[in-house]
Amino acid sequence: MKHEHWLDDPGNVKKLWRGFIVVLALTVIAGFFVDLHPHFEIESWFGFYAGYGFLTCLLMIIGAKALGLLLKRPDSHYAEDGRDE
Amino acid sequence: MSSAMTSGLLLHPALILIVGALLLPLLRGMARNIAVLMIPLLALAALWLLPEGRLWQVQWLDYQLTPLAVDKLSRLFATIFALMAFGGGLFALRQESRLEIPAAYLYAGSAIGVALAGDLITVFLFWEFMAVGSTLVLWSAGTPLAWAASRRYVGVHLAGGVILFAGIAGHIAQTGDVTFTAMQTDSIAHWLILAGFLINAGAPPFSAWLPDAYPEASWSGMVFLSAFTTKTAVYVLLRGFPGAEILIWIGIFMIFYGIVYALLENDMRRILAYSIVNQVGFMITGIGIGTEMALNGAAAHAFTHIIYKALLLMSAGAVLAATGRRKCSELGGLFHSMPLTAICGIIGALAISSFPLTSGFISKSMVTQAAIDGHLQMIWLFLAAASAGVFLHAGIKFPWFVFFQKDSGLRPADPPASMRWGMILFAFLCIALGVWPEPLYAMLPYAVDYVPYTAAHVITQLQLLLFSGLAFFVMLDYLKRTPTITLDFDWLYRVAGPALFGGLTAIWRTLQAGMTQRLDTGLASLGDTLRRQRRPDGLLLRSWPTGGMALWVMILLLAYLAFYYLG
Repeated sequence: MKHEHWLDDPGNVKKLWRGFIVVLALTVIAGFFVDLHPHFEIESWFGFYAGYGFLTCLLMIIGAKALGLLLKRPDSHYAEDGRDE
Repeated sequence: MSSAMTSGLLLHPALILIVGALLLPLLRGMARNIAVLMIPLLALAALWLLPEGRLWQVQWLDYQLTPLAVDKLSRLFATIFALMAFGGGLFALRQESRLEIPAAYLYAGSAIGVALAGDLITVFLFWEFMAVGSTLVLWSAGTPLAWAASRRYVGVHLAGGVILFAGIAGHIAQTGDVTFTAMQTDSIAHWLILAGFLINAGAPPFSAWLPDAYPEASWSGMVFLSAFTTKTAVYVLLRGFPGAEILIWIGIFMIFYGIVYALLENDMRRILAYSIVNQVGFMITGIGIGTEMALNGAAAHAFTHIIYKALLLMSAGAVLAATGRRKCSELGGLFHSMPLTAICGIIGALAISSFPLTSGFISKSMVTQAAIDGHLQMIWLFLAAASAGVFLHAGIKFPWFVFFQKDSGLRPADPPASMRWGMILFAFLCIALGVWPEPLYAMLPYAVDYVPYTAAHVITQLQLLLFSGLAFFVMLDYLKRTPTITLDFDWLYRVAGPALFGGLTAIWRTLQAGMTQRLDTGLASLGDTLRRQRRPDGLLLRSWPTGGMALWVMILLLAYLAFYYLG
């Protein structure tokens, strides 16, 4: 099947995913070979930055979702009663 | 004013831009295009020919004004403002509104005026000119939404200006000195000045003016708007309140506010607007930490931020100009037909995320380093989480939803040459500064003792960012765009305030009607009584008996006698 762009081919997207996971693993493994100069105690935990980056992002997404439940409105919210005009 | 100062008058870089802005509408065609490009370059050249020092001194009333003062910090900011005017002017060459570029140059010139002001009165004057210039940029979009947004925008900024003016007046009354130097948060006047500065920085609770107003500008207008107001605020905070601890917490609040609101947002330019608040938060945290490393970091970050944010907004502006759409839910798959716009947008996104080899990496990390040097572990943890969050809300979210995700079926072409070259220039600068930071480091206010590229720093940063990227794709279902907005503090003055005012007005009307009615009947009956008493037998017109008169004289005499004995 001919695709408009090589990125449209799901096979290639799968390859990109694999490449991404390999790079992720490499950055963590590199921690074994390079002295990461920890300044704080927790920095010396293995893979600290990887875990911290992943977990805090999960928290931020969940936090944003929770706030969204309270504060989200249709994007016509301010326009519908002509408040802006 | 001495003759030496008069001869130097034309070389004030701010005046070059402002006078240029006033002359631009007179020009047409090629001459106008050349002028658009030359005016910022002339200002830049004039700036770099200036020596350091307090160059103009003017006596005005009782005050010694210094409209032109140059040191490393002011030169750094004036440089990036002039560069920004050039890049923005290039990008906006094909803008149909003839008002926009002159307004933007007035705005940019005023920002340079603030950066080069040696006294608070000059700061205030240019501060207000900036409000005028930026409002004109908003107006030039010419849509009803932009008009409505500009009214709210100018309201917030004029209020901020009044607060700033009150603070400056108090400061002058207390010290008798108008020189703009570092202040302590030790008096009401200084708190007011700080508040006036912070309103322009997009600090809480007044962050909402920024994502409310800027995205309503034209496709090129927001490129200008993103650069000057907030970064001038960063400049005056750097000079006025370095090391004010409250700024650390204000900055951290702004960082997370920006991330959370951007994650919920659907409009691509509002995402980028929230991320301005987020990035300014990093700078303000640095100013609050207040060490040389932190202040250098804040200044460097302002410099690099202006470039990559403008690049991101150029990329978004090119999409808006080509498709007329701003909502992520209506975009997607544009990389097919806009490869250059997509690549430039991605470079901007990598730079804002502080990827190694981009400008963000060599600037933001100085703020983080300052937190480490000061053993501020809590603040450092916040900053690290925020770095990951920047990649999440701007670094991936913007390019992903605009250029990839689903195929929207849209196939617009890359923009015309002037817009392409604007993007290429700024994309080049993002990478050049990332690869070769020394020229920027040499311009910073303090000597730089910092090496950004160590193996440890590169690896830890990559871990942080790439795993943040993993989180994005793992949670993609939760990040799907919905056609919604998120309520913010501006709800108070857009809905609650007017509603309260409307309610109070209704109550007042009812009260007024009731009182008017009662007053009417009261006055009518008083009139009736008066009329009745003026008849021949009424109290006022009837004749009185002589006996009554004698009685009153006797009472008066008795009273006199009584007072005589009592006295």
